[in-house]
Amino acid sequence: MSADARHDTGLGRHLLGIDGLDRSDLEEILDLTDAFAEIGRRPIPRVPALRGRTVATLFFENSTRTRMSFETAARRLSADTVAFSAGTSSLSKGESIRDTVEVVASYGADVLVVRHAMAGTAHRVAEWTDLSVVNAGDGCHEHPTQALLDCYTLRERRGSLDGMRIAIVGDVSHSRVARSDVLAFTTLGAEVVLVAPATMLPPAIEGWPVTVAHELDPLLGDLDATYLLRLQRERITEGLIPSLREYAADFCLTAGRVARMRSDALVLHPGPTNRGVEISAEAAADHRSVILDQVVNGVSVRMAVLFLLLGSGRQLGAVEAGDAVEVDR
Amino acid sequence: MSVVLRGGRIIDRDGERVLDVELGDDGLIAALGTGLSGDLDLDATGCVVSPGFVDLHAHLREPGQEEAETILTGALGGSLGGYTALVAMPNTDPTTDCVAVVEQVRALGRRSTCEMVPSAAMTLGRHGVDMAPMGELVDAGVGIFTDDGTGLQDPRLMRRVMEYSTGLGGRLGRPVVLAQHCEVSALSEGGYMHEGEWSSRLGIPGQPAEAEELMVMRDIALVRLTGAHLHFQHLSTASSVAMVRGAKAAGLPVTAEATTHHFTLTDAACASYDPVFKVHPPLRTDADVRAVREGLADGTIDAIATDHAPHAAHAKELPFDQAPPGMLGLETAFSLALGESGLDLPEVLALLSWKPAAIAGVADRHGAPVVPGVPANLCVVDPDETWTVSGAAMASLSSNTPYEGRSLRGRVRHTIRAGVPVVVDGEARR
Repeated sequence: MSADARHDTGLGRHLLGIDGLDRSDLEEILDLTDAFAEIGRRPIPRVPALRGRTVATLFFENSTRTRMSFETAARRLSADTVAFSAGTSSLSKGESIRDTVEVVASYGADVLVVRHAMAGTAHRVAEWTDLSVVNAGDGCHEHPTQALLDCYTLRERRGSLDGMRIAIVGDVSHSRVARSDVLAFTTLGAEVVLVAPATMLPPAIEGWPVTVAHELDPLLGDLDATYLLRLQRERITEGLIPSLREYAADFCLTAGRVARMRSDALVLHPGPTNRGVEISAEAAADHRSVILDQVVNGVSVRMAVLFLLLGSGRQLGAVEAGDAVEVDR
Repeated sequence: MSVVLRGGRIIDRDGERVLDVELGDDGLIAALGTGLSGDLDLDATGCVVSPGFVDLHAHLREPGQEEAETILTGALGGSLGGYTALVAMPNTDPTTDCVAVVEQVRALGRRSTCEMVPSAAMTLGRHGVDMAPMGELVDAGVGIFTDDGTGLQDPRLMRRVMEYSTGLGGRLGRPVVLAQHCEVSALSEGGYMHEGEWSSRLGIPGQPAEAEELMVMRDIALVRLTGAHLHFQHLSTASSVAMVRGAKAAGLPVTAEATTHHFTLTDAACASYDPVFKVHPPLRTDADVRAVREGLADGTIDAIATDHAPHAAHAKELPFDQAPPGMLGLETAFSLALGESGLDLPEVLALLSWKPAAIAGVADRHGAPVVPGVPANLCVVDPDETWTVSGAAMASLSSNTPYEGRSLRGRVRHTIRAGVPVVVDGEARR
C-alpha cells in the first residue's frame, strides 16, 4: 500500500479512537505490528525508522505504564522523546492545555501522545495543532492503542478473532478500555458480552454490538477469553457497589473460576491488577493468562502506530537501511 | 428629532395592520397613520414592526466578569437581536442579593441600549442557605428572584421563600415571581452533558433528565402548598413540559420559559467535544426538542428566553468537564425562533415580547400594543432576510455561539429604545 493510499483509510493523521476504523485499518496495524514484534526480540531492539523525529508525551493524568510503553516504542524506532506531566508542570500554575500544546509543539515535536482524565481532550488537541495526535486514553472514552494490543495478543494466540466469544468484566461505564475493545473486538469478528453489576454499565447502550449479563459464573465455560477491567476503588464511595468484598464474590476471576474456563481460553487485563478484587494471584499466573504478553505487545503495537503516523512514506528508506521491517506492504 | 417607521406591517397583541409609526421626542409613540414623514424616515417596507423583545434570562456578567461581557456590550447585542429589555441574572460577582448591586446594574443599564431589569438571588450569595433580604429588594423594585445557575436544593428553605414571597406582592403591586433553575445537584453532579445514548458513547459523564424533572415536580407541589408564583427557567425535557402543562391545567400560578438552544440543538452536538455545546441544563434528545416545541405551540411555555451566557474564549478552550457551561443567545434568538420553532410570526413575537414582558412586570413599557402614547420600545424585523452567524461579528465581548457558520432566516433591521433608533439597518448606532 502506498503512503497516499493510507490516507484513504480511517487511520489518517491521528489515532484518536477505534471508532471510525474499519476491519482493514485494524488489520493493517496488526500486520505491521508483527514486523515490529520481531525487532523487540533482537539483542539490540532498535531501528532507525524515526531517527530525527520527536515523540512528545503529554500526560495530563498520571500513568506510568502507558507512558513507558510509548517511550520504549519511540526509542526502539530511534525517535527522540520529550515528556510533559501535569503534576510537575506549569499546568498547576494555571497554564491552559492549549498553551501547553503550543509550547510542546514548538519544541519540534512530530507527534503528541495525549492522556487526559476527560473524554475528548485528545480530539480537541488535534484541532489545535497540525501535528499528529495519538490518544493514549481520554477519560471514560477511548484508549485505542490498548485495544490494538489486546487484539494483537488475542490474534497471536488464536490466529483470528473471528467467532471468538469474549467477556468484558467490570466497570464498563467508566472504562475507556472497554469502549475501545468493544469496537475493536467486534470489528474483527468477535462476539462480546459485557458482564457487570447494573450500576457499572453505561446508562444507554442501545446500538452497541454487545450482549449484557450481570452474572459471570454461568458464562465461564463458554468463553474464549475473559477480559477483566481494573476496578477503581473510589467507585465504592460513589455508591456503585456495596463493597470490594461483594464485588469480588461475584466478579473476581478466582482460581476456582479460571479452572472452569476452557483450557484454551485466555485471560486478559489492562493492568495494573488489583489482586483479589478483579483477579486473584492464581488466576493471573494461570497458563490461560496472557497479561504479560499484553505488556510486551503494547510496545510493538505502539511502534507500529508511531511508524504509520510518522514514518510511512518518507521514512521507508530508513527502515530498509535498518533491515527492520518489510516495507512493501 | 422625529423618527418615522415607514411602510411596515405592525403586529402586536391586538393584531395586525399596515401603518407608519411616528416616534416623538418624548420617547413615546406620537402617531400612527399613512404617508407620515419625519426628520429621519426608517424604511420598514416588507418588514414587521413589533413591540421590542424582552429576555427573561440574560447573563450580562457585570459586575464581576467584565472580560466576558458588560452591561453595555450585552445590551448592544440585545438591541441587535430586537430586545429592548433584559432581565439580568443575579449570578454576578458580588451576587445580586442586595439593593446596592441592584442599583449598580440599573445605573449601568441606563447608559446602555436596553432597559436592565435586575433580578435578585433568592438566597444570600446564591448559596441556598439563608434567604436574601427579599422585602428590601422588592421595595427597590425587584420583582423576580432566582438562584439561577443552580436550583435551590433545600425543599424546606424553598417552601419558606415561596411563602415569604406571597406576602410581598402587596408592596410590589403584583405577585413576586420566583424563577427556578430546576436541577437536583445530587443527581447532576459530575455530569457534563445529557445522560443517554450519546454520553454513553462519548464517555462524557452525563446528568439524567430526572435531575431537572424531580425539582419541577417538587416545586409544583410546593406551589400547590404555598400559592407562590413560580416561573420555570429553561425547561429542557419532555417530562418537565408535561408536568408544567398539568400544573397549568390544575390552575396553579406557574409560568415557564424555553431557550432557543433547547428547541434547536440536541446532545448529538457534543460529539465534537467542543465545550461551546456545554450548557446547563444540557442539550437533550430529539424527543425532548419536539416536546419543547409542542410546549411553545400549545401555551405550556410562556416565553422564549436566551440564557445568554458569554464566556471568554480561553474559558471554552478547556477540557469538556472544566469549561464553564453556557452559550450566547441574544443575537440569534429571533431568527432561530422564526426559522426552527415551527411557529408562525405572530406566535414568535408573542413568545419573545409581550408574554415575557408580562412575567417580567414591564408590560406597561415593553411588549405593549403599538398605539400613540406608549413608550416607543420597538423592533422592525425582516422575516425573509437570511444571514450567516459569526461569533466574531457579534456585539458580545465573547463569541461562544453554538450556531457559528449557520445560515439563518429572519433578521432584526431596526430597534427603537425609548424613541431612539439604537439599531438601524442591522447596525448599532452607538
